[in-house]
Amino acid sequence: MSSHELKTGPLEYRTQQGQMNILGFWIFLGAEIVLFSTLFATYAVLFGRTADAPLPGELFEPGSVLIMTFLLLTSSFTCGIAIHEMRRGSKKGLITWMIITLALGLGFIGLEIEEFIHYAHEGATLQSSAYWSGFFILAGTHGLHVTVGIGWAILLLIQIAKRGLTPVTSRKFFIISLYWHFLDVVWIFLFTSIYLIGMVV
Amino acid sequence: MAEHNKRIPVQHIVGFVLSLVLTLLAAWAALRSDLSTFWIITSIMILAVIQAGIQLFMFMHMTESESHNGHVPWNMMFHGFVLAAIVVAGSLFTMSFGHDHDPQHNGGHEQHQQQEEHSGGH
Amino acid sequence: MQLDEFFVTGEPLIYAGMVSIVLVTAAIIFVLTYFKRWGWLWREWLTTVDHKKIGIMYILSALAMLFRGGMDALMMRVQLAFPGMDFLGSQHYNEIFTTHGTVMIIFMAMPFLIGLMNVIVPLQIGARDVAFPALNALSFWSFLFGALLFNISFVIGGSPDAGWTSYTPLAGAAMSPGPGQNFYLMGLQLSGIGTLATGINFMVTIIKMRAPGMKMFQMPIFTWSTLVTAFIIVFAFPILTVALALMTIDRVFGSQFFTLTGEGLPMMWANLFWMWGHPEVYIVILPAFGIFSEVIATFARKQLFGYKAMVWSMILIAGLSFLVWVHHFFTMGAGAFVNSVFSVSTMLIAVPTGVKIFNWLATLYKSKIQFTVANLWALAFIPSFVIGGVTGVMLGMAAADYQFHNSYFLVAHFHYVLIAGTVFACFAGLVYWYPKMFGHKLNERLGKISFWFFLIGFHVCFFPQYFVGLDGMPRRVFSIIPEWMPLNVISTVGAFGMGLGFAIFVYNIYYSYRYSEREKTGDSWDGRTLEWATPTPVPFYNFATVPHVNSHDAFIEMKEKGETTFDEEKVEPIHMPSNTGQPIIMMGIAGIASFGLVFEWMWMAIAGLIGLVVMMGVRSFDYDDGFHVEVDEIKRTERKARGL
Repeated sequence: MSSHELKTGPLEYRTQQGQMNILGFWIFLGAEIVLFSTLFATYAVLFGRTADAPLPGELFEPGSVLIMTFLLLTSSFTCGIAIHEMRRGSKKGLITWMIITLALGLGFIGLEIEEFIHYAHEGATLQSSAYWSGFFILAGTHGLHVTVGIGWAILLLIQIAKRGLTPVTSRKFFIISLYWHFLDVVWIFLFTSIYLIGMVV
Repeated sequence: MAEHNKRIPVQHIVGFVLSLVLTLLAAWAALRSDLSTFWIITSIMILAVIQAGIQLFMFMHMTESESHNGHVPWNMMFHGFVLAAIVVAGSLFTMSFGHDHDPQHNGGHEQHQQQEEHSGGH
Repeated sequence: MQLDEFFVTGEPLIYAGMVSIVLVTAAIIFVLTYFKRWGWLWREWLTTVDHKKIGIMYILSALAMLFRGGMDALMMRVQLAFPGMDFLGSQHYNEIFTTHGTVMIIFMAMPFLIGLMNVIVPLQIGARDVAFPALNALSFWSFLFGALLFNISFVIGGSPDAGWTSYTPLAGAAMSPGPGQNFYLMGLQLSGIGTLATGINFMVTIIKMRAPGMKMFQMPIFTWSTLVTAFIIVFAFPILTVALALMTIDRVFGSQFFTLTGEGLPMMWANLFWMWGHPEVYIVILPAFGIFSEVIATFARKQLFGYKAMVWSMILIAGLSFLVWVHHFFTMGAGAFVNSVFSVSTMLIAVPTGVKIFNWLATLYKSKIQFTVANLWALAFIPSFVIGGVTGVMLGMAAADYQFHNSYFLVAHFHYVLIAGTVFACFAGLVYWYPKMFGHKLNERLGKISFWFFLIGFHVCFFPQYFVGLDGMPRRVFSIIPEWMPLNVISTVGAFGMGLGFAIFVYNIYYSYRYSEREKTGDSWDGRTLEWATPTPVPFYNFATVPHVNSHDAFIEMKEKGETTFDEEKVEPIHMPSNTGQPIIMMGIAGIASFGLVFEWMWMAIAGLIGLVVMMGVRSFDYDDGFHVEVDEIKRTERKARGL
């Protein structure tokens, strides 16, 4: 437990504890990849098992899915800018870009909820078939992650407003930025293997 | 990386533009191109992997040396993706029950699907 | 729900269980109140973040679970020796073999090994705690509440009865309605979260907190086995998390993953379960290999033979462990190509395992072997485990597996690897590190008696099962035909021999507490690695000064140079984490939420979930940075501990 602090480099890496927390989070992301890949595997194996429910190609709409993708891609970019501002020492820049990120995230969640409601009206629900169970749980788990990320980021914004940029607060923001970018990585695969392939086949 | 102190984050902007372009390319390949289903799936999966790489290398600072964490983040991501490949491809392979005797064609889901529809017996 | 549906009724054995639970709980509350120990319990144990205390709590809980799982086993053996006597009904028998398997794997083997890791790994690498001490406490409490939730099922709601593998559709809502199966799902889910956190914690600890100079290939072999195990945990446990969640959603919210309706695919459960389940086997065997390596090197008084080969074979086993899962369900009906692929990958695992066996033998070769109790367990492991391993290769051949599958041949095989591997290692490790944990050794004479009872009982119990399995006796039956009787009776006699061995082991803990000589130095066995460099009992900060490490038997080198972990000139204030009640409260709330989901009482589950989120928020706002131990206090503690 050394409490020696480095004098240079990004704030979040200056303490041993900061380095360890960030490393631990990378390892956690490794576990998250496996978690999502298990859901992807289940979805892929159950693909086509729609029973009496509508086929995915009948329900998916390229327009709204592309808008969701662009919202999330942009939020990942603005989140990167927020960390860039943090490393320049600008608390105001960090907060501003982070709030933009969260607004984009909220937009994404709103569209996803609307999409789910629409599918349910068309007769595709969690209970209607193995395929739709796989779809809702895979997309829903990602949506839940985004929601948790938004709540978590709000807690961190309160902390940084109170405490300013310290090794601890910048470490926390760096970690949530990793989380946010990671959710974008997952979405890229969701977009490709659920929506694009679902509309092709 | 002396990137931190620059006013304009060039790397982020390049990464953002690239990811937008790649997304549109994937959407075009899937919805508008004349490629066969097999090649559509192959090409858009490759595009997805490239995009994931952009996030990891250009946005997530996976390999920066100031972290003092060496190659471990890279290592975890690499093994995570290897595991993901094992879990997804392995599940598809196993749950096809091997009625598709040629594992080379397991790239797309639809072959499995058709195999199962014909011979799965449900 | 009526009260008589809530409590399990109609079985005298279960009534006895209820009475004993009430009596034991009352006795504990009485003792704590009478001796005014509540405050002590809260301050010293329930809120502790000290890896040594957490490790001890893990081991004590695991011993209790070993008792519970062992009682299940004895009841099954009694039923099979006297099948006509109606000792257990078929339903009760189903519940007991389910809980026996689940308790032994999830709530005994893993926590026991994780407990030993907790106590020993930071000491072996010269660290003052793990990387995330509060998270470590959280892991323990998630395991304990998961275990309590699972264990309470036999008096409240009814135990799960679909086998520890819980294959669907049998385990689905249609064929196993009611809370029983939900206890399995939520108990495992809750403790699985803690296991994943432990994996992350130990990876970071080992990567970032080694003593100065200690390279990866100079780490003690038990630390290496922990690192490899942590790696497997991180990549395997999310699969279990998802599989359990999907079945829970199937049962509680009516989705169609593993159902027979809605084009669900029941065998997908088996696929996911074993994708986790096979790596899980290596999660419980690799630390065992690490323990045996330490014990054998210490009592052969030699450097471990082929250290690098040992490490690489563990890494290879870890990699292969993710590529063999289908061999658990060869008889699913997949074609020859699928089965052949997994048959070949399965047999490959025998290669690195064989390398390890020969390395242990080479370490022992031409050495002056000390036959201490710890070493006896290690020496007994080698031939016993080889029998289990060789029969495992037989099972790995897909064509032959159609004969062995689900027979007692399989039962004998996995008990030979899990008991001779994991359980022997737990005993060896506990005996070996006992003086470091409690300040005195376990009595060697009683230890040897319990060892021989357990070892002979083990072979008498399980060796006949290979043959009764080849005679066609399937597993999971509560009634047998006359031809299988003689071997089953022999097996039951052996099981009671093991029970007696365990009872003597537990008595030895009490006996040694009363009569054993107290340790005067920290180096009880003339050890080779850093944990023996600390004084006994170990100060809460472990190392007053952390030595510089140049070789993999670090303490041998220190002894040659006359160094200790107390270099008065170099003592500096030590930063330590504060105790916190958050982990136990957070996991207590998670336990309540899980209990609500078990009975599908949504108000309770949602309330618990909200409580959990609130606690996470509290945690996020907690900026407690720990405290510093001052130089004076360190010097005082060390002088006292070392008798200076």
